[in-house]
This record gives sequence, C-alpha cells and structure tokens, in this order.
Amino acid sequence: MNELFRAIWPDYDPGRYFCELTRKRGGAGPVPDWLIQRLGAIGLEALRARAQAAETELIDLGVTFTVYSDATAIDRILPFDCIPRVLTAAEWSLLERACVQRVAALNAFLGDIYGPGHIVRDGVIPAELVYGNANYRPEMKDFPVPHGTYVHVCGIDIIRDEFGDFRVLEDNARTPSGVSYVIENRHVMLRTFPDLMAGIRLRPVDDYGRRLRAAMSEIAPGGPDDPQVVLLSPGIYNSAYFEHVFLAREMGVPLVVGADLVVEDERVFMRTTGGLRRVHTIYRRLNDDFLDPAVFRPDSMLGVRGLIGAWKAGNVAIANAVGTGVADDKAVYAYMPRIIKYYLGQEALVSNVETHICREPEGLRYTLDNLHKLVTKPVGESGGYGITIGPRASQEELAAARASILADPGNWISQPMVGLSVAPTLADEGIGPRHLDLRPFIITGRESWVLPGGLTRVAMKRGSLIVNSSQGGGSKDTWVLADDFAEGDGK
Amino acid sequence: MSQMRHDAVLLARDAEGLFWMARYLERVENLARLIDVTQSFESPGFETDAWFGLIRINADEKNFAARGFSPDATHVKRFYLLDRGNPTSVPCNLEDARTNARTLRPLMSTEMWRQINMFHRFVGQITPEDLEGDALSRLCTRLKDGVQAHTGITEGTLYRDQGWYFYELGRLLERADQTTRMLDIKYTAILPKGREEKRVAELTQWNAILRAAAGYHAFKRRSRASFSAEDVVHFLLRDPSSPRAVLLCVRRAESHLDDLRRIYGLTAAGEAIEMAEYLRELLLEKPLGHILATGLHEYLDMVQIHIQQLASAIGRGFFRDWRPADPAAQNQTQGPAEALA
Repeated sequence: MNELFRAIWPDYDPGRYFCELTRKRGGAGPVPDWLIQRLGAIGLEALRARAQAAETELIDLGVTFTVYSDATAIDRILPFDCIPRVLTAAEWSLLERACVQRVAALNAFLGDIYGPGHIVRDGVIPAELVYGNANYRPEMKDFPVPHGTYVHVCGIDIIRDEFGDFRVLEDNARTPSGVSYVIENRHVMLRTFPDLMAGIRLRPVDDYGRRLRAAMSEIAPGGPDDPQVVLLSPGIYNSAYFEHVFLAREMGVPLVVGADLVVEDERVFMRTTGGLRRVHTIYRRLNDDFLDPAVFRPDSMLGVRGLIGAWKAGNVAIANAVGTGVADDKAVYAYMPRIIKYYLGQEALVSNVETHICREPEGLRYTLDNLHKLVTKPVGESGGYGITIGPRASQEELAAARASILADPGNWISQPMVGLSVAPTLADEGIGPRHLDLRPFIITGRESWVLPGGLTRVAMKRGSLIVNSSQGGGSKDTWVLADDFAEGDGK
Repeated sequence: MSQMRHDAVLLARDAEGLFWMARYLERVENLARLIDVTQSFESPGFETDAWFGLIRINADEKNFAARGFSPDATHVKRFYLLDRGNPTSVPCNLEDARTNARTLRPLMSTEMWRQINMFHRFVGQITPEDLEGDALSRLCTRLKDGVQAHTGITEGTLYRDQGWYFYELGRLLERADQTTRMLDIKYTAILPKGREEKRVAELTQWNAILRAAAGYHAFKRRSRASFSAEDVVHFLLRDPSSPRAVLLCVRRAESHLDDLRRIYGLTAAGEAIEMAEYLRELLLEKPLGHILATGLHEYLDMVQIHIQQLASAIGRGFFRDWRPADPAAQNQTQGPAEALA
C-alpha cells in the first residue's frame, strides 16, 4: 500500500485484492506519487462536484446506451468514475503483445476451421465443439477473406487476480462494443480535470477512427484507392446506437441502416439523394443472424437481401466476417491456450482463467462437486446474464444452478472465483475500492493495432464483481503512461 | 493539391431527416408565437372563442375532440403545451425533432445535438402552472429562445453541403405555412359591434399578429401612418425582406432547389422547382384587394395546399427511394445482443 495514499485517504482498504493505484509493482514500475498527491490536493468535495459536472456533460452530449426491460427503453449514461485507472508502460507492453498474439491465433483458427480443419483432425479440439457449434456458419466454408483476417475488431476482456497477474476472461470477436467510451471518457477527463492531467504524457486514444477506416479500406475489394466504407447499424433503437454514431463520425463514413442499402447484380449500393452509390466495405454492428434475410433469419428487417451473395462474389467486404462467433464461444475459450500453441508455437503471453468444461465428464464432475466455490456461466450468453457466483449464492441459487447444468451440461463452463483487482473509486462512503476489468480493442486489417488502454469497467456497487453496464457497472478513463510519461517530476 | 473529397454523398434517409427536424423545430417556435398572440386576443366573455380559434387554424378539431378535451382555454393550452398524446403538441414536436436528431447525429455538430438534448429536457419539464397567467408568456418566450438558439447554432456550425440545403428547405416551408396560419387567426377573431370600438380592436389585433410574426417594427418603418388591413396582409405575404413573409420563404426555397440541381447535379429537383415557381406566381398574381374581397381564409387555404404540394415534390424527388416496404422495420430492435457485454 502506498504510504502517501494512506496518509491522504486513511479509510481506503483494498483488503486482499490487488489495488491498481496504490499497490507497488515489482518490475513494472509504480504509479507515481505525484499523481496521488494531485488527487489528494483536489479533495473529496471537489472530486464529487467535478464528477457531477462530468456526468451532466455526458447526459447533455447524449453519451448513452439503452437498457431494455419490461418493454420499456431507458437512455442511461454509463456511470463514469473520475479517478483514472493507470497502467504503466511495462504493463501495457505485455498486454499489447498478448492481445496481438491472441487475435493472430483467433484468425488462424477461423481460417483453419472454415478451411482444411487441421486442428480438429489433429485432435486439439473436439469436432462437435467446432462444427456442432451454434455459431459455426457452414456458408463460410472455403471462402477466403482478405489477409486471412476474420476478426477485424476484437475486444478482449482481461482481469487481474489477487497476485497482480493479468488473465484473459473472455474474447469478443463478433461485434464488441464499448470503444466509444474509451475516447469520450478521455475527453471528459481532459475537460474536467486539466489540473490532474497537466504535464503527464499518456498514450493517446484518439487515433482509433483513422485506424479503423484504414483497416476497412485495406480489406475492400480491389479497385478503388478510396473505397466507400459504411457503418451498418440496426438503428436508433439499438442499445449501442450512440457508439455507432460515434464510430461513423470518427471514421468520417455514412452510418447506414439496412433500408439504406440495396443489392443489384451482386453489388451493394446505398440510396442517396442522387440515386444509388456503390459501397465497398461494410463495418457492420449487426449480428450474423440479421445480416441477410435470404441466407439467415428470413424475418430480419434490419439486414440487406442479397448481401451475403455480393460478399461471396467478392464485390463487398464485411467486417467482422460472418461466423467469428465460433471463436469467442465460452467453450472454445477453454481451448485458447492450446489454440495459440498450435498455430503460433508460443505460450499464451497472458493466460486464461482456469476453466472447467461441463461437456467433458471430469469438468462436469468437478463443477458439480465444487459449485459453492466456482463461478458458473452459460456459454451462449453475454452481458453477465445467467452467471452464478458460488461463494455468494444462496442454497436455492446453487440448487437452481445445479439443475440448469444437469439439464444441459454442454451449455456450461465453470471457473474459480477470481478476486478481481480494485481501484479507488468515488463512492457514497468516500473513496472506496471497487472491482474492475479491462477490455482492450484490437483492429486488424493487414496487421493488428491495439488501442492504448481500452475500456476499464468498474462495478460501482461495493463488493460486486459484475462490471457489465447492463447490470449497473460503470467505467473509468484508462491511462497508459508513456515511457517518458512526465517531464521532470511531473509537477 | 488537396486530397479532400468533393463528391460526399447524402443518404436519402438523412436528407429527409434533416428536412423534418427543421420542420418540427420551426413548428415549435411558431406554436409558441401563436399561443402568445392568442392570449392577447382574449376579449372578456370570448376567451373560449379566441383559444378555440387556435384549434381551427391548425385544423386540429378532430384531433382535439379525439383527446376528449372540452373546448376551453385551459384545455387548448394543455393540448398544445403538455399533451404527449397530441401529435401536434410542443412536447411531441420536440420528441420527433430529437428522434430525427438521433438518426442525424453523424451529420450534426456536437453543439447542435447538445442543445437539442437540453431543450428537449426543458420541454419535458413544463408543468400546468407554467400555463397560468403571466407564466404563459414567459414559457412562450423560452420556447422561442430554445428554437432560436437551435437555429443560431445550426447557422454557425452545420456544414453547408447538401444536407444543409434540405434542412433549410424544411425550415422555410414550415415557416411559410405557419405565417399563413398566423394571418388566418384574424379570420377567427371576434370583434366588438360598435364602429369605433371595432376599429380600435382591429388595429390591436393586426399589431399583435405583426408582433407574433416578428414584423411589428419593420412594418411600422415601411408603412404609412395610417395603415390598412391590406398593408398588413401584403407585408406578411409579399414583403421581399421580412424573414417570415411567405414570399421570401418561397423564393429562398426556390433558390436552394436550384443550387441542389446546379451544384450537386440533383436533376430530380426539377419537379419541385416548377412547383415553387408556381407558388411564387400564385403569391403575386392577384391584387390583394381582390383577395380580401373574395375571402382571405380561402386564399390562405389554397396557399397552404400548394406549400404542401411543394413539400411532396421534394419528397418524391429525393427521399422516396429509401423507405422500407414495412414501416415496422424501423421499430425492430436487436435485443440485448450488442449491449455492452
């Protein structure tokens, strides 16, 4: 524990958890004292007032997501905590390399299972887990994608355990969201806390839009040197609509909905005031199911009839590619260390959380015997739905989890309860420790690029381990200190 | 040499969104103006007639009856300022404007979006007390301020490509339409019987209409000491310099349509340009004395119909193609799949 911090905030107690701000790191270098000093100089009352101003700003700007419940839709802002989460240059260097490694393995895996299928024939992963996976798309078989890239935008959820070791909790290879908050949070911090940030050199986050557009241009079907890129959104009723707007603006490309696009002669066009205009690359924020009613869900009114045909004819690029969901499945996740080794011949730079697969007899037995110690998760869900945290569950909840697992073991995995790291967070009681995770974003066209930092999600409720926005989680600005982060002593 | 693109395209759907966002907001400002002027039309014993006149000039009789309101001052005010069940109310217009703004976010300036959000929140907080006595006029002022702030921010920040032209077209057509309605309020106004009282009351009413149309002072500068009804009608319909005069709005719309055809090569503007030309001729062709003698209300009706036809021609020329066959498609949501997982 940092002595200076203890002197300023004597009631702050992270307990047995790793604290991102106050814990001394070995080789990674500590978070500098003067940062803590500056926080202390602002003081609790001013912090609260400024936090309020920051939230008002986010509301006025409509930086919101939509929560659907009981048939009502409510616009909410993602609660914003103004105390930044800090990563040192050395920590980031490791995470950056780990993310690039992981995306390389995911793309190699997808190219293989939609191609020759070596990994299955070599017995590294069970065939039914791949070909019997609900997210495996037979339409993709033997369809080559530019640069072998299927996952153009990837979000990897990373946590830190009690010992300060990073671990990958989950891969998001379909349409990961949240990157807009990374950039908006930084803007809000720059406006609200200029004194805290003065003179500190942070790795910038505002290059994301340019990088994304460049990647989208790299994958466009050959021909134009300035291809027409569009962002395809389900529309204003989608919970992530704000982010779609944000990304369209940052890339400087039109935000389209399905009704704006039309396919003629296996080419995609958008409807403009001057008639039809050719589209070359579609960054879609629509699930596979909805993309093309002629191929997938016939009732989809969000997609574009004939889109997959145009894609397979090589006349349009779609990012992320169809069928990536098989790679970020929670059951396949358990095999990721072996997948990395198989394709890259390397150990995972950041390892998985130990995972028990209930479709395998020993995994099921271990899970059922240790239910009270484990976190159980359905493999097909996202957003933190369906999770049971054994050590915190009642007898009834444990019994319900047991019944669900026994009814369909293949749908479940379990993991030990990891003591997620904490960081000082503005709370009712003052400055309190709150659990958090990290979602870095990786863009891949020809090569991978990692946005410095990523989205830090924080559980705003005391003691809660669930950081998902749909369940009351918030976010923090994530600072990656540059190698030479401060001139002089930073004051 | 610059590498900037010169051929940026505009989605037909966004063009329509800009057109309608401008219309909805212009409507809010004009409703505030009409309500403000109606209040000054109240004459003792005839309050109900004055307020119900507002319903008539907006052709809202059916809509008003369907809401189950009784035709008195309180209910008319609520109908326009509080009732979310009335699609022509201020809260509904603002809701529609903001929904359009949401779809247009990629094209709008951050300042525009922020102001609409804040204005939307203000309108959502209007209470029945704000409609009472002298509070009503203050509320109308704040509503006008809100739209004018929007208009000013748009003027100063919205990028002037095709999209700006469609925004302007929406605003101009709505304003032209609303000015005809402002004139029409005179048609429903009650006048006293006595000759001198009637003359004074008429003068007061014309002055109030000129104020509502932001033309009072300009009119005084332009008119003779003793003015006639014909002068006021001329000013609001045909003055070439009054920003709310119908003719000025139509001329500017015509010039915008011409620019769309010339600068952006949108040949589909042709039909709308012809409609605008016709409307301009209609505004100028007959002597006003003749119009007043044969019925101003009927004439204004005809102008309104032609403004509507011009709007339809713009729709056919530019917006039509994108519409999905089933309007329900716009409401289909994707569920929580892409929530911040």
